[in-house]
Amino acid sequence: MINASITNTLNPNALNCESKNTWRDCEKDIAPGTLPAASGFQEAPTLSEINARDAARQNMIAAFERPAKAHDELMRAALEKTEDTALKAAYLTAFEGKRLSGEQGQKLLDAGDVNVLGWLATRAKERFHPGGKVSFLIDRNINYTNICRIGCDFCAFYRRGPETDAYVLPKEEIFKKIEETIELGGTGTLMQGGVNPHLKIEYYEDLFRSIKQRYKIHLHALSVIEIEGIAQVSRLTVEETLQRLKAAGLDSIPGAGAEILSDEIRLEQSPVKRHSHRWIKVMQEAHKANLPTTATMMFGALEERKHIIEHILRIRDAQDETQGFYAFILWTFQGENTELAKKNPDMQPTSGVEYLRVLAVSRLMMDNIPNIQGSWVTMGPKIGQISLHYGANDMGSIMIEENVVSAAGTSYTLDRKNMIELIRRSGFTPVQRDTYYNIIAEYPEFPAQ
Amino acid sequence: MESVTCRTSHVPPSPIAGARPRPDVQVSYTQIQSALTRALRGERLSFEDGVNLYHSPDLLELAAVANELNLRKNGRDVFFNVNRHINPTNICALSCKFCAFSRKPGEEGAYAYSEDEIAHRAKVAADSGATEVHMVGGLHPRWKLANYTNIIRTVKETAPQLHVKAFTAVELDWLARKERKTVAELLGELRAAGLGSLPGGGAEIFAPYIREKICDTKLTGEGWLDIHRTAHKMGLRSNCTMLYGHIEDVEARVDHMMHLRDLQEETRGFNVFIPLAYQPENNELGINRHTYGVDDLKTIAIARLMLDNFQHIKSYWVMTGDRVAQTALHYGANDLDGTVVEEKIANMAGSRAGMAMAKSKLLRVIRDADRIPVERSTVYEPIRRYDNPAEDMLQ
Repeated sequence: MINASITNTLNPNALNCESKNTWRDCEKDIAPGTLPAASGFQEAPTLSEINARDAARQNMIAAFERPAKAHDELMRAALEKTEDTALKAAYLTAFEGKRLSGEQGQKLLDAGDVNVLGWLATRAKERFHPGGKVSFLIDRNINYTNICRIGCDFCAFYRRGPETDAYVLPKEEIFKKIEETIELGGTGTLMQGGVNPHLKIEYYEDLFRSIKQRYKIHLHALSVIEIEGIAQVSRLTVEETLQRLKAAGLDSIPGAGAEILSDEIRLEQSPVKRHSHRWIKVMQEAHKANLPTTATMMFGALEERKHIIEHILRIRDAQDETQGFYAFILWTFQGENTELAKKNPDMQPTSGVEYLRVLAVSRLMMDNIPNIQGSWVTMGPKIGQISLHYGANDMGSIMIEENVVSAAGTSYTLDRKNMIELIRRSGFTPVQRDTYYNIIAEYPEFPAQ
Repeated sequence: MESVTCRTSHVPPSPIAGARPRPDVQVSYTQIQSALTRALRGERLSFEDGVNLYHSPDLLELAAVANELNLRKNGRDVFFNVNRHINPTNICALSCKFCAFSRKPGEEGAYAYSEDEIAHRAKVAADSGATEVHMVGGLHPRWKLANYTNIIRTVKETAPQLHVKAFTAVELDWLARKERKTVAELLGELRAAGLGSLPGGGAEIFAPYIREKICDTKLTGEGWLDIHRTAHKMGLRSNCTMLYGHIEDVEARVDHMMHLRDLQEETRGFNVFIPLAYQPENNELGINRHTYGVDDLKTIAIARLMLDNFQHIKSYWVMTGDRVAQTALHYGANDLDGTVVEEKIANMAGSRAGMAMAKSKLLRVIRDADRIPVERSTVYEPIRRYDNPAEDMLQ
């Protein structure tokens, strides 16, 4: 009987329906022609009907050839209207797909409109990835040890050795994790740990060989600082170390540990990791040894925008020489539980717009690296999804296990179904890839759940 | 309750009666283009346009148009306010399926604040520079009009400068029927006690075919609109909301916006439209996902396009997190809500955004989006424009 007075005054006809049980009973009493012209559903649709209809429409839209877009006109007009001449020049350089200088990149980062940058970055992305596909990977992070002699300020994961929760994973446990990965449809492992002074190259050779003997799985492993550590404790050159690791089964090297390649900033964050040219050098050694790598950037930790540009330029230059980077991955600094955050209590997490801006400018600057990942792990699934409209063509891994980031307080999880849905709901076709970005499965149709 | 559903559903004279899923809406890219072009020319969009736009695959295109419309109306200024939420009780006679906040009397965790507890919160709010308290709560079975007027008076006696924005249409309807008063009489007494304006909660989704599945015992959509109409005619301004991301279809969303647009055309009494993203935890609805980021942004942009007679569209950070809320400032939103301080309803339902945001952070978030923060009053009068960061700390 709620609210009878209000609805009765609004709807005189309604009085006739007082005694009926549902609106459908009620409807029968109403003379034909008094109902609004309705077609299709005669009853309230179920959730699955709503989803099915939605899916059909999405598929219909996806099948369209797009005409010249009003959007393009609007954006071109925005470029033409730009009063700041340096900004306009940078916009136009990006629009024409030419190489941007550092100053131009800086200008875009400082003064560019985030949605104009997104539009330009989308065009740049489409040069590498026409067809609206967005990829993801299923792999597992295996953090084989957390003992580390480095101890970076932004890390909450490392232990010195004597602590009760310091560990080196036994082989059987690593095997078990790999088996679980394969069962879940995974194609690779990402093995990273600390710079453990007790583990020499023989440990890694034995581990990699025994994995490769048992399983068909991609080994994406170690980081620059670990490789240097192994070379040092094994009394080898970096070149020899890389060759022996490759011979033992290493497939590629993740670009972690790049953080920000600017010595000014690295000194602040991690005194031992300070020499940025060494990071580049080891990566280039790897490329020469036929080991492809990714490159990363961690920002949002004390650096200024000029350092971000410096980082991008260094990687772009290195790529011009050795052509071994196949993806660029942006992370934002995760503050909880880290020394860096304790020493800088005023430091704020990277905002959404700043992240999208840096992502778009990275896509525009990196004209020689095909893939750019959006980071749902550090920015959350919402911004991760939105990043696909600002230059990212890949959502990274669904991360069966990620200890390092979750130790610093960020914990988002996604399974395969969620990942597919997330990409699709963003207007793209989801594809599963392997670590080298080969497509191994497509999910073109919008399923009706 | 069935009879209520009966009376409000599918009966011709009511505008809401016409709301039903329309499988016959055909979506094409040309139609999307046409809608965007007309929106840019300042034309009013139709129901079909709204549905079409929701299916647009190009997020940035929607953003460009919505952003342009917003810049024409509001420039680069973005509003926020320094406010405090007070939820006086979580004891509620209703059982809305999406709610994680309500408790039955005697149930574990049930509470009802005393006057002292309300006064304490109002004092803390006033001392921290707040200009508003936002008060909404459950439908407490034993509370009478006196309880409500006392709550308002307590706040006003503690801090007369605070604007009291309180009680959703759902609470007002419940109280009016209990007290056997008309809504106008009730609002008159509450205003005499110090009520300043109405919040926009309880609107959820108007379309009966959705509403009956998520909150069948709640005030109907028509009832909600009628109470706001009454308030507007008495000169009380109000906000309006839409709960999205649960089981509703895009038709229901667009239909909802159209009803708000119609009432706004009639009364001009709404301050702002606030889309509320559904929070999936601790409730009975069984939809266990957060809304998609792209959907949050689309909803803001489409609201900007559809609601051509609204000056303000709010991107409420509590529901989507501050990163998406900030990004929405480039999708047609020009308001981020406020400091909030003690948000319970969304937080109990799994919001990851937290309960409070410091003013300094609000300023930073707005500036980081290349916008100018402007502190506002509850009814959107500018209080202070923060156009120089060096002067933030000056009073």
